Amino acid sequence: MKYEAVIGLEVHAQMATETKIFCGCSTKFGSEPNSQTCPVCIGMPGVLPVLNKKAVECAIKTGLAVHSNISAYSRFARKNYFYPDLPKGYQVSQYELPICEGGHIEIVIDGEVKKIGLTRIHMEEDAGKNIHEGGGPYSFVDLNRTGVPLMEIVSEPDIRTPAEAAAYMKKLRAILRYLEVCDGNMEQGSLRCDANVSVRPVGQKEFGVKVELKNINSFRFVEKALEYEIKRQIKTLEDGGKIAQETRLFDSSTGVTQSMRSKEEAHDYRYFPEPDLVPMVPSAGWLEEIRQSLIELPDAKRERFVSEYGLPEYDAEMLTTEKAVASWFEEAVSAGGQAKAVSNWMMGELTRMLNDENRSIENCPVKPEQLAGMLKLIDNGTISGKIAKTVFEEMYKTGKEAAAVVKEKGLVQISDEAAIEKAVDEVLAKSPNEIERFKAGDEKLMGFFVGQVMKATKGKANPQMLNELLKKKLQSS
Amino acid sequence: MKLNEMTITGLRKMLDKREIRPSEILDAVYARIEAVENKVQAYLITTKDEAYKSAKEAESAIMENRASLLTGIPVAVKDNMCTKGILTTCASKILYNFIPPYESTVTERMKTQHYLLTGKTNMDEFAMGSSTENSAYYPSKNPWDTGCVPGGSSGGSAAAVAADECIAALGSDTGGSIRQPASLCGVVGLKPTYGAVSRYGLVAFASSLDQIGPLTKTVEDTALLLKVIGGHDPKDSTSAPAEMTDFAGVIGQDIKGMRIGIPKEYFIGGLDSEVEASVKNAIKKLESLGAIPVEISLPHTEYAVATYYVIATSEASSNLARYDGVKYGFRRDGKDLLDMYMKTRAEGFGPEVKRRIMLGTFALSSGYYDAYYRKAQQVRTLLKNDFDKAFEQVDVIATPTAPTVAFRFGEKTTDPLQMYLSDIFTISINLAGVPAISLPCGFAVNGLPIGLQLIGKHFDEASVLKAAYAFEQSTEWHKRKPGL
Repeated sequence: MKYEAVIGLEVHAQMATETKIFCGCSTKFGSEPNSQTCPVCIGMPGVLPVLNKKAVECAIKTGLAVHSNISAYSRFARKNYFYPDLPKGYQVSQYELPICEGGHIEIVIDGEVKKIGLTRIHMEEDAGKNIHEGGGPYSFVDLNRTGVPLMEIVSEPDIRTPAEAAAYMKKLRAILRYLEVCDGNMEQGSLRCDANVSVRPVGQKEFGVKVELKNINSFRFVEKALEYEIKRQIKTLEDGGKIAQETRLFDSSTGVTQSMRSKEEAHDYRYFPEPDLVPMVPSAGWLEEIRQSLIELPDAKRERFVSEYGLPEYDAEMLTTEKAVASWFEEAVSAGGQAKAVSNWMMGELTRMLNDENRSIENCPVKPEQLAGMLKLIDNGTISGKIAKTVFEEMYKTGKEAAAVVKEKGLVQISDEAAIEKAVDEVLAKSPNEIERFKAGDEKLMGFFVGQVMKATKGKANPQMLNELLKKKLQSS
Repeated sequence: MKLNEMTITGLRKMLDKREIRPSEILDAVYARIEAVENKVQAYLITTKDEAYKSAKEAESAIMENRASLLTGIPVAVKDNMCTKGILTTCASKILYNFIPPYESTVTERMKTQHYLLTGKTNMDEFAMGSSTENSAYYPSKNPWDTGCVPGGSSGGSAAAVAADECIAALGSDTGGSIRQPASLCGVVGLKPTYGAVSRYGLVAFASSLDQIGPLTKTVEDTALLLKVIGGHDPKDSTSAPAEMTDFAGVIGQDIKGMRIGIPKEYFIGGLDSEVEASVKNAIKKLESLGAIPVEISLPHTEYAVATYYVIATSEASSNLARYDGVKYGFRRDGKDLLDMYMKTRAEGFGPEVKRRIMLGTFALSSGYYDAYYRKAQQVRTLLKNDFDKAFEQVDVIATPTAPTVAFRFGEKTTDPLQMYLSDIFTISINLAGVPAISLPCGFAVNGLPIGLQLIGKHFDEASVLKAAYAFEQSTEWHKRKPGL
């Protein structure tokens, strides 16, 4: 039997606010434990929360960007459970009336656009961190993270493959970063993902039994964890077993998911409306103000890159994932670079070089105009495409203009027919055997002759002219 | 008259004329505490050193003509309001050593005016109770008869005011915790409109019901103290955006033509006949002053107690989750985390608190939420609608504050439901969020005081105070003092 997976993702995104959601403490990452706390966020008796307007703005902005309905009336709820990193004994979250409902995110899979529906986006406060150190019969609690504002973005079960899940995560991250509502840093926990996974025979309408996967904290792990879990479920079914409704934890070191708790052990969080906060009723004026502040988002940009620059979906998707990359592309094109050529260079050489150094495009030593300048030299025949790679590497190393590199290194293409002819003649004179074989039908030797001439001219011979000359000479000799 | 027996208004005049110094008032107050506190046990701690320090600052303020309403006035504060650097226990073992590093908004506002904190008053643990018998430390006594309870949960504050161990006090009222002890101790107590006074720094019992308010010797003092502590606070999202009214212009206005609602549901079986007679006489008195009595109905009254004990306990079960032994307060070590939690909470909380945590936890549980919590919220809306409708017809509503005078220690401790019924006339007011005052309106044959409750519209403390003042000024009840 063939199976398909049904996946829904719950993504926690830390909102990019200066201060916590219910108090004035800093949200800075990596400070001395408990240095960013106050009576409110450590849950002392009698203190009260005051909602950070900036956090609500982040959530609304995100909702607008993913086509959600912004609720005219929404409120916070308390999620009750005991844990040392939860100082109040409850987490202030949203339950019955979240800030955003509905919406969708578009992903590109095999060059096709697919819409992944969203259930809701709600706001909540983060918990602190238990630290198990020192080996004694105790743990430490760091409450710096307590009260840091999060939004939880819950997708519909519209995802079918681990690759789609990864594409969804990447797109969501891109949108959040475009909006500057989340820095998208998975290592620091700014973006965390839980997944609901089930499998069913292809063609079956009903969903299979759902398993919740927790602790998926990088893009790589999203795919790995899902792949493992889907295989595990299919194997269980094929072996005649049943899937248990449970929560499983993904261990990134072993690549395996393990049962954390069963449905029976699930918490009863006893949600009820938070009486210390009043319901949120965003005014029409404020919503409009936020709407006006929205910039062009990845999907719109992708569509525009296809229609305006004639790029394939794939190129457009890749170039629009990061706002800075898209801007770099557009600057190169407006400096005269041909769009597809710019795209090729960016996705090829440039990305490789940046990745080698773990550098972001903002810190790229080559400026967009410089790439456009180099492409011009290829177009007008000053350098060959092959030499251009050498030129580009030098530009990347030194930050110099293409023309300067070409001049300094003497990399100007030889388009002087007499000079190329001379080199061809010399190579042919040295290769009587190869000529014999070529004439006998071994046409692969053409490459040998080209290579020899290129070697003699240090790669600078105009490839087109060289080819024509060689063909002519070989036929006539 | 001794200085400790005086009112805020009376002392204010003397202080401003520089006839007395703040420290002299303190001398009188602490002498009284010295003399009667072993009988009354109104305080959990007294703060004499801090009070005398504040008295010096108050005196400078008076000398430099910077005096405000409360400058140099000794006020007692219920032990569920956080006072920076001063022990705040909520009369619970679980907070036996808790010293807040922050000040509640109400005490902060009094501090700005250089009030003198006499001490922190006793209460039922976490404000859960009607007699102070649920204090983890000791019960307070009724100054009129020390064999009787002072009421609760703000019993310590009411007893301290009645016994002249302070000039005025703050209490908190979740289901009657200011008004019922005020009634039982023969003093004035007001629960303001929900949102009129900031809850910041008030240790939460039931967040949607809790309000801080004054306990004083006169209606005028209540108006004055309310003015100081009330008004918007950016630290409390549920506090109303408005400034507190200045009641100076309202106090003393006549009440001719004022319509006084008499809800028939409040004069029922279980209401003590002496209490009923006194309250009916009080209504006649108001009528003689020009008010018009109107019989009204608050049809959902019978559901108030049940509704209250679902909502209040639900919120309490969550509000009290933070007392887990991890961060502050009492901790009993255990063999693992869960064991520590269970031992800490089993030993740290008293029986009534645990009973309410369990009730609330149950009411919020999955599968019961709709039947209890959600249903209770719906009934709450009906109760609120009752009042809204009634106030289309009348300006204030008059009822007894409590069904009986002060009862004896131990009389109701074995039957929690009997104890819960002490608040039968006060609970609806918290559920509706409206303001209400209790003031003395007579005495039973056994010499124990009886209280009249006057209820107003949302944010119409002015009408309540106006009617209360008119009644008080035409009677002598408030002038009687207990013979301790």
